Formats: sequence, structure tokens, C-alpha cells
Amino acid sequence: MILTRRWALLTAIGTVALLGVTGCSAPEESSPGATDASTPSGSITVYNAQHEELTQAWADEFTAETGVTVTLRNGDDSELGNQLVQEGAASKADVFLTENSPAISLVDKAGLFAPVDDATLAQVPKQFQPSTGTWTGIAARSTVFAYNPSMISAGELPASLLDLADPAWAGRWAASPSGADFQAIVSALLELKGEAATSDWLAAMKENAVVYKGNSTVMKAVNAGEIPGGVIYHYYWFADQAGTGENSSSTQMHYFKNQDPGAFVSVSGGGVLETSANPVAAQAFLAFITGKAGQEILKTGTSFEYPVSDAVDANPAMVPLRELDAPVIDPSKLNSTKVTDLMTEAGFL
Amino acid sequence: MIPAAPPTAKPAPDPSDTGRGAVAETGATGLAGRTDAAGRVGKRPSPFIVAAAVTVSVLGLLPLGYVIVTGILTGWPTLSALVFRPRVGELLLNTIGLVVITVPLTAAIGVAAAWLVGRTSLRGHRVFAVLLATPLAVPAFVNSYGWVSAVPSLNGLWSGVLIATLSYFPLVYLPCVAALRRLDPTVEEAAESLGSGAWGVFFRVILPQLRLPILGGALLVGLHLLSEYGAFAMIRFDTFTTAIVEQYRSTFNGPAANALAGVLVLLCLFLLIGESGARGRSRYARIGSGVARVTPRRSLRAFTPVGYLFLGGLFALAIGVPFWSVIRWLYQGGAIVWTDAVLVQALLQTVGYGLVGAAVTCVLAFPVAFLAVRYPSRLSRGLESVNYLTSSLPGIVTALALVTISIRFVQPLYQTTVLVIVTYLLMFLPRALVNLRAGLAQVPVGLEEAARSLGKHPFAAFLSVTTRFFAPSALAAGALVFLGIVTELTATLLLAPSGTRTLAIQFWSKVNDINYVGAAPYALLMIVLSLPVTYLLFARSRLTSVS
Repeated sequence: MILTRRWALLTAIGTVALLGVTGCSAPEESSPGATDASTPSGSITVYNAQHEELTQAWADEFTAETGVTVTLRNGDDSELGNQLVQEGAASKADVFLTENSPAISLVDKAGLFAPVDDATLAQVPKQFQPSTGTWTGIAARSTVFAYNPSMISAGELPASLLDLADPAWAGRWAASPSGADFQAIVSALLELKGEAATSDWLAAMKENAVVYKGNSTVMKAVNAGEIPGGVIYHYYWFADQAGTGENSSSTQMHYFKNQDPGAFVSVSGGGVLETSANPVAAQAFLAFITGKAGQEILKTGTSFEYPVSDAVDANPAMVPLRELDAPVIDPSKLNSTKVTDLMTEAGFL
Repeated sequence: MIPAAPPTAKPAPDPSDTGRGAVAETGATGLAGRTDAAGRVGKRPSPFIVAAAVTVSVLGLLPLGYVIVTGILTGWPTLSALVFRPRVGELLLNTIGLVVITVPLTAAIGVAAAWLVGRTSLRGHRVFAVLLATPLAVPAFVNSYGWVSAVPSLNGLWSGVLIATLSYFPLVYLPCVAALRRLDPTVEEAAESLGSGAWGVFFRVILPQLRLPILGGALLVGLHLLSEYGAFAMIRFDTFTTAIVEQYRSTFNGPAANALAGVLVLLCLFLLIGESGARGRSRYARIGSGVARVTPRRSLRAFTPVGYLFLGGLFALAIGVPFWSVIRWLYQGGAIVWTDAVLVQALLQTVGYGLVGAAVTCVLAFPVAFLAVRYPSRLSRGLESVNYLTSSLPGIVTALALVTISIRFVQPLYQTTVLVIVTYLLMFLPRALVNLRAGLAQVPVGLEEAARSLGKHPFAAFLSVTTRFFAPSALAAGALVFLGIVTELTATLLLAPSGTRTLAIQFWSKVNDINYVGAAPYALLMIVLSLPVTYLLFARSRLTSVS
């Protein structure tokens, strides 16, 4: 009697354990599906450095349309980029999505991408594409200076990102240098002003800036009056405003414009791995993201990133992209390795 | 240069975790080893058991080997450029400062709390005794989340000290409570009869006898401080571990991450060696048979309110603050946060990983424990020490090593559940080892031999006699490993198959988006899963104190 009860308990525990463990490994195998047919099927694995919520919304909609199962592996731009390079031909990834261009061009330079379908490339204006044609822009975000008007007046705002190197800004601005977002801004600075100027600017930043972890945390600190201002991307502000506003209601945004490095618009990228076991579904996913339905999710969803497609306008709450007067940069020229080296040298990493 | 084994052989610094101090102490009084040595005469261990124990231990050397080999491959010029730079100086200062301040603080608080609940006549000391073990059920990063919610401006060294002290003091407290119950009251009475006052007895008689549990606990606190990531990342306090994770985020497994890992490993070794040096050779044990009398409790007289204030305040800060934050966020979130579709999946996956990991770890720890108890030799002691050493390495180092090794050499294992379980095995093996070892040592070999002489096959005899005796220890071993896995963050993050969502991973992802409301259900589930295990630990620390 006691024995059987014990066995029942053991069996129950064992079942839960198996359920739990297999539950996580089941979707990981990407089934080749219909590799040669033109209709996407089966499943794909997406290495996702974009915000999880956004990509999950894309994936859910895509699954609803095509029946293709999408498994996400979430991480940061450079982490997943370097991981793909190390994995090489053995990678289980089918698609790579980033928040910024440097990490995706790293993978591109390693020759790991298959060419993007022409029809997909045709959906995205040239300015959001690398010159290589092996990946495509999927969304865009703008650099901003978020500030707390109770601590800093509009007249005191920096005219250029470079001004923040001035000793007058010591202890008065914040950033999240360990994140891919800020590192992309530095890569733009590197591309626009060269290595020596970037290195000097980073050295000055080490003196001046207060370091936080994550752009949301920077904004939260500015909002709380811990620090007058911080360099972040625009959408953190809009997303918080759309929610409770508890981390942004006492902040305002300053766009640098004038093609300043601080007006940098960062292009989020997407590419299909050469080694994908299910290239049809992978290409279809990229086509979906950059197509009307995918871009609409950027406009109507909670991400507040800019759509790159001409067919879809940005969320009306945001300043239109063309008014931001961003510097013109070929996204494939942005160099993540050099940036991490420079930032390691400057003592941020 | 780097000793392959920590110098102490016996139940040694098991750098695993919680409560081990209490259990390991049993061994230190000489319960293990010698009595069973008789059972070994004229026999050799089965080659299968030896092979299994050696395999597990060699596996355990992988992370350390990885750090050394990548160090050599990187080459001195690059390595020295990455190690001797101002940033590493900053990290060193932060990390050492944290250890130097927090470890004595946790020791003082742990001993004071243990003495108050164990030796004074404060009302409710039994309740307090349990309550003060409960912070072990709150992972440090959840505690940090609770504190940051309550006081958003927390950051830097002192905030790190505050949160770490409140999270880790039970690691000293538990073994001290157990040890206090075991002390022979006659020694204290002798001191009193010779004119020592209450303070004199405490400092000259009690404290020296608590040296081993304090040191053991302090070592654990130190190792936790070196390997904790989430708690310090949340309050913007940079240690070696947070810096390695950041390097990993930026470069995957670049040389800078590996160089930092090398320095961190040296710090761990330094702690291990320091602790074993401080243990000394003298032992305090009651000689002779019989049962020690229960020591009479002391009244605090005028200081009674201070005693209550201390215990109550400690509990309020360590448990009250995180709980209050979690509940406040849950209240704010309302019913909707519980509809998160991933919640159930994360719960199942976490429990699944925990159960499978605990079972595998116990099974594979068994050969090592068996050899150590039944066939003590240089080999078995060496194998045991190797495993303690591995688990003292921070999870991020082990994870980094296994990611790289699996990507380069064992592709089929890369990003599989199997690899995650192997990592848990390496990280938490000593938790199982200490318990299995203590359990096995208590099984009289004679009974097993009697069963054999009555015609049972040796294996059947083992199953029917020995396993029954040591089942409770195995359960405790499994529970401890389970606790470790449920709250593991960094290694799981790096190694798990795509699509994996454990409670810790989901919690962390929400916290990073400053979605404190959404993180609250995950925090609560982790605590709820850990609470029974913590109670079990507490109960066992009492049991062993009797033996």
C-alpha cells in the first residue's frame, strides 16, 4: 500500500521532470520542412537580439499566417553575432535579427549569410540596406538625449554629442556603454570622425559619464532626478509614455539633428543564415517582417521603433524619420569589433 | 602553481552551498572514515565505480583547464595587456572590498543570531531559529530586486554589502546554530567556575569552538560574493563576474572575458587556500560516549529588548523588504500578471531541470562518495577535492568554458539539455557529495555483510540494506542541488537550448525591461519552490547536531 503510493509519487515527479525538460528541447530541432517546395512550412530558429516582445509579436503573426513554428533564442547583438561566427556551419540558427547594424555586419563579413530574396530587398528603401545585399534593415531607431528639465534648461542642452566630452558635463550625463545600443552609436562616431577622435571622446566620457546598465535604467535615473541627462534611443521614452509613464513623465527628449553623430539613426538588421536547414521558411519570415503586415506591427505595436518600409508610416506620436536630419552612413561599414576594443581600452568593459 | 586539490582533504571546504557547514561538521568530529576503513580490508573497489568517479572528476577539471589553456593560447603580451589595465584595478578594488567587508559582517551577524536563538531565553527563539534560515529561499538577485524597488537609488559598494550580507548571513548562521547545540556545556561551566563572566565565556570558550563552522560558512559567503551576477548588476556595482558577463554580451567569448575569468579563478583559489590555512589542525570534540547535557539558556536581562530588536530587525530587512516589494508589485499588477502565457512553461521547465539535474547529480556523485567513505585512499581524496574545486568556480566561468568546448569539440552536445545538466552537475556536485558522504558513513558496513553472508548478492545486499539507511541523506543531497538549479541564472542563460525559459531567465528578462510588475510572479514562484528545501535544510542541521 505504502509502496504503491510511493511509486505513484515517484512516477508523478518523473513525469513532471520529463515534461519540463522535453518541453524545452522539443522545438529546438528545426525540421527541414519543405526545403524544395516554395511554400514555407516546418519550423525555424531565430537568433533574436531585438526586443523579445516585438519579435514575439512578429513570430506569432507569422505562425498564424504560415503555420511555421518560430523558436526564439534571445540575447544581445554582439553576443549572438559573435556566437554565430563561432558556431559557423554548425549553427542551428535560421534567421538573425539585431537591434543595430554592427553585429549583423560582423556575421556578414564572416560570410555566413545567404543572399536575401530580391522581392524582400525591393520592400526596403536603399538607405536601410547594406551595400552588400546579404541582409536588410527591418526597423530603425534614433539616438536622443533624454533630460530632466528641472535640472537642465533648454539653453544648456548640448548642441552635439561631442560636447558631452567637455569637462562642464562631468557627472551630469549618463549612458549604458555595456549595451549594443550605445556601442552602435560609438560605431557611428568611429565611422564619421575616425579612431583617434573616438578614442579621445571615450576617454573623456569615462571621466564625465555615470554608467548605468540598460537604456531604460538610464531614463529611469534621469526621470528620478539622479542625473540631468542621458544618451539613449528614442523608443524607450515613447514606450514608457504609452504605458504608465512612471519612468519618463519628468523627462523630455532632445534630438541632435544637423547630421551630428548624436543624430545617428541605427538600422536594425535581419539576415538568413547560409546554413539554414529551412531556407524557404527563413526567407519567408524576413519577407514578412519587412512587408506591410510586419511593418504595421512597428507602427501599431508597443515597440515604437521606426518602420523602414515606405508603405507604412511611423507611429504618429513620433517625430517623422526624415525630420531627424541623421548623418548618412552605410550600415555595413559599422564595425563592432573595433568598438568593443576601443571601449575595453577606455575601461568601460 | 595552481594546486590540483584544495589542501584540506576531509569533509573539506565544500564550496557548494547552504547548510553544508552544518553537515560537514559531522564529518569533522570523526564520524566518517575510520570505522568504515575496516570494511575495506582485503578488498578493492569495483573498477566500474572507480571509472565512474574518475570520469566525473575529470569532467570537473574542464573549466579550470579551459581557463589555463586559453590563457596560454592567448599569449602573455595580449593577456597582460588585458589584465594590467585600470579597469581590472577598479574591478579588483570593488570585488576585494566587497569580500573584505561582507565576509566579517556576515560572520558577526551569523554568530550573534545563532547565539541569540541557541543560547538565550528570548521568547520565541524556536520560531526565530527557523525564520532566520528563510533568507536562503530568496535568491540574492530577487533580494536585490526587492531592495531596489523599495530604495531605487541604491548603488555601489555599500549597497552591494547590504544586499549580500542580508542574503548570505544564513550560510554562517545555520552551521553555527547546529554547532552551538553540540558544544559540551561542561567546558563552559568550568570556565565560569574559574571566574569567567558571560562575555569571557563567549569569547574564550564558545567562539573558539565555533571556529570551523564560522570559517566554513565564511568561505561559502566569499565564494558566493565572487560568483553572484544578478544582485550586483541590478545596483550598478561592478565586480569581476558582472564584468565578465558584460564582456560576454559584447564579444561572446573574447580574450578579455577569458582574461577576467582567469583573475577571478585566482581569487577563488586564494579564498580556498586562505580558509584551509585558517582552519588549523586543532579540533574540538567531546571525548567519550553518552549524551551531552543540554546547555541552560541565559537570560539577557536588561538587554532583552536589544536581542528582540536585533532578531526582528534582521528578519525584517532580509525577508520583510523583498517580500513586501514582491507583494506590492503583485498587487499593482493585479490578476493580469498571472495570465502570462510563459509562466506555466517556465515553472514546468524549471522544476524539470531541477529534478533531472538533482537526480543525475546524486547518481554521479555516488561513486565519488562511495570511494571516499568505503575505500579512503589518496586517489579517493584527490577525486573528492577536484570536485570541490570545480564548484567553487563561478557559474559564469564554468558556462563560458562549456560553451566554447562544446562549440569547438562536441558540436552534437551544443545547446542541448544534456549540456545544461552536465553544467549543473559540475556546479552543484559537492552539495550532493557532502550529504551522500555523511549518509554513507553512518551506514554500518556490518549489516550489509550480514545480508551477504545470508546469501544475498553483494549488489542486492547493498540495495536492500545500505540504500535504505542513506535514503534521507540522498534526499537532502537532491534537495540542495534542486535549490541551486531553481535559482541558477548565468549558466542557464548561456547554455540552454533555444527557446528555454526558466523562472530565473524570465525574471531577469522582465527586470531588464524594468517591468518590475511582470517580474513579480516569477520571483514569488522561485521563493515558493525554494522554501520547503530551506526548511528541510534547517531540519537536517538540527538532526546532525544530535549525532
